[in-house]
Amino acid sequence: MTTKIFSADGQALSLPRRRFVQGLAAGGLLTGLGISPLSSRAESGVGPQPQVLRGRSFDLTIGSQQVNFTGHPRPATTINGSIPGPILRWREGERVSLRVTNNLAHDSSIHWHGMILPTHMDGVPGISFDGIRPGETFTYEFDVNQNGTYWYHSHSGFQEQTGMYGAIIIDPKQSDPVSYDRDYVVVLSDWSDEDPSRIYAKLKKMSDYYNFNERTGMDLLRDIRDKGVSRTFSERKMWNTMRMSDRDLSDVTGYTYTYLMNGQTPAGGWAGLFKRGEKIRLRFVNGSAMTFFDVRIPELKMTVVAADGQNIEPVTVDEFRIGVAETYDVVVEPKDDRAYTIFAQTIDRTGHARGTLTPDMSLTAPVPEYDPAPILGHGEMGMGMGMAGMDHGMHSGGKSKPMAMDHSMHGGSGSGIVHVATEYGPHVDMRAENPQLHLDDPGIGLRNNGRRVLSYADLRNLYPTPDVREPGREIKLHLTGNMSRYMWSINGVKFADADPIQLKFGERVRFSFVNDTMMNHPMHLHGMWSDLETGDNKRIPRKHVVIVQPGSKISYLVTADAKGGWAFHCHLLYHMLGMFRKVVVS
Amino acid sequence: MKKRALFALGGFIASTTAALAGGMIDDPLLSFVKVDQFELRDAEGGNSFVWDAQGWVGYDLKKLWIKTEGERVGGETEEAEVQFLYSRSFARYWDVQAGWRRDIRPEPNRDWAVLGVQGLAPYFFEVDAALFVGTDGRTAARLEAEYEFLITQRLILTPDIEFNLYGKDDPLTGVGSGLSDMELGLRLRYEIRREFAPYVGVNWIRKFGGTADFARVVGASTNDVQWVAGLRAWF
Repeated sequence: MTTKIFSADGQALSLPRRRFVQGLAAGGLLTGLGISPLSSRAESGVGPQPQVLRGRSFDLTIGSQQVNFTGHPRPATTINGSIPGPILRWREGERVSLRVTNNLAHDSSIHWHGMILPTHMDGVPGISFDGIRPGETFTYEFDVNQNGTYWYHSHSGFQEQTGMYGAIIIDPKQSDPVSYDRDYVVVLSDWSDEDPSRIYAKLKKMSDYYNFNERTGMDLLRDIRDKGVSRTFSERKMWNTMRMSDRDLSDVTGYTYTYLMNGQTPAGGWAGLFKRGEKIRLRFVNGSAMTFFDVRIPELKMTVVAADGQNIEPVTVDEFRIGVAETYDVVVEPKDDRAYTIFAQTIDRTGHARGTLTPDMSLTAPVPEYDPAPILGHGEMGMGMGMAGMDHGMHSGGKSKPMAMDHSMHGGSGSGIVHVATEYGPHVDMRAENPQLHLDDPGIGLRNNGRRVLSYADLRNLYPTPDVREPGREIKLHLTGNMSRYMWSINGVKFADADPIQLKFGERVRFSFVNDTMMNHPMHLHGMWSDLETGDNKRIPRKHVVIVQPGSKISYLVTADAKGGWAFHCHLLYHMLGMFRKVVVS
Repeated sequence: MKKRALFALGGFIASTTAALAGGMIDDPLLSFVKVDQFELRDAEGGNSFVWDAQGWVGYDLKKLWIKTEGERVGGETEEAEVQFLYSRSFARYWDVQAGWRRDIRPEPNRDWAVLGVQGLAPYFFEVDAALFVGTDGRTAARLEAEYEFLITQRLILTPDIEFNLYGKDDPLTGVGSGLSDMELGLRLRYEIRREFAPYVGVNWIRKFGGTADFARVVGASTNDVQWVAGLRAWF
């Protein structure tokens, strides 16, 4: 009986998993559902390409429809009938008007992510406006005063998880500092056949529900064989006493997710054409609900030219991590007449999104194996790099350079971590006692992997910092939670119980973060730029989402130049309900 | 009395319903039912059927719990118990629980007030410890602990142990004072889904002291090793 179970184990895991991970070859909305396909071959590529809408006036319709990414038809929320929604191509300096009609049975909304616009156009129900009621049309109208790659998504309920997201490209008014022959949007996202509210309920009932990469007895035996009993015991002692899992990379995994690239499953894959010698600009958008991706194109160097829509000094890398809601623009120059795989493996290595750059649609390139699943270490526990030295396996020899320089840069803000009283209680399971800056750390699972991986320290603005004032004050934010109870908060206080963060109009203020959890949190401030303090204050990169790595600290500066109420939250969909604040500029 | 209980329940449910940005509630009212044991036991003197289930309705930090366990032998319920508890989290992995326990079988019924803690101890031991105060000066205590050992991601070996102690003899229900009984189990389950796992195992039941004496009088076993097969499920 037992051996039977053992053999069944392998099968039960491998067969359905492969299908989940790969998805349907002809996935999504294209599978004979009588819906007009989202492809528009007028754009430069071939194969299914997202529709592109240009101009100053747009009609967008939010609707509910059946999709099929996994072999099972499921209801989705779409914009103009496609996942992702159409690419909106605007021009800097123009005023756009977007009539958004809600054909759902529930309220909806669209938030223009990364756009600097008036508060009532920002699209957050309860803060910017009342939302769009069923059957109603809301007209957004605002001036476009920036350029680059951005995106839009629902800010209502869990609609974003069910398909409500799309890319925005804004062409610059002046000549583009980035030269390229053609560009493609690459929207990465995560699809589940499960109702998102069920995913959320499952996480509340069993937070490791989707984690099938826990430590097992097999790992124990291997560790004892390799390291001996006492070292195995002592290495696990901290995790055992903390009652936490060092394999907890993603709350929601490839067990339920099918990862999409431009709405295509890995089995089919999105494809974009190129001619040898062309410069191709790829505009990556992470439109996922919960998934961080590590992106590379084997045998092609990528030159990162923009982060979160803003031009940076070009930096050439092999790989970059894109957190939920971040965008990166890269330029690639394929020298050969061959296909290249755009490979986006998830941070927990339970799945991938895939696409192909090719001179010929009949060509594909091999898909790489996943890297080993990362294992959390003392650094992720906020115990600092010093302790990581005790265990070589955990930090895999990460770039643990002395951090004293970084401390001084922050004018003393890094010294003496204080946890406020609200951080203590059953709702918080961990407090980082020695959080470090991880600016030059590409993140867990990417350290010393033999490839040149982008880190935040690489981001230098192409233009001088517009507001060079020193911050007048510091707002200290600790990202807190209880993983096993699946509760998330800031400074131990969830949104429902929190007062707004008050900013004075015109002030320059530092938001400093300590991550008291073992998850990456992509923190997103609406309405104003997050000027990420990477060390060179003259070329400070402007972001709208900043990843706060587990157990680490980081800070950014904000110029409070936009009056009104703004949302500020973790962009992980199932964290943001608690890890959320209203910011009021007055 | 009943009315007041209903009011209390209403207040409990209404206490966390503030709508948030995007019409979202971070802490929705959820319910959970978990059947830990639903099993046949190859016991001395014939098969028995045993259940052990828990459920709750509530929020992140406060819940109403129901716990029930019992045993049927030869078409008759020999043991049955149900607890109704209010549970409140007081530490990151611990809840304190208070309420009412009723022993339905064996007869006569016994009622107890319950005060307990349930949670996760260091090294991932799931612990449920409770004190009971009954009528006529009766007292009791119970300690349960369980560990989940992952052989693979889905094949899970679970040792568990339970002790029961009583403050004084209760001849009508066959309970002697002091350490009354111990149950040591080892179950191997396979999670076809997280929510659905058949298992096989072995269970050792040992009765002590006065409780063992009462058992001998009625010809029941005091030391029994049983094979078990059952189903673990939750939703």
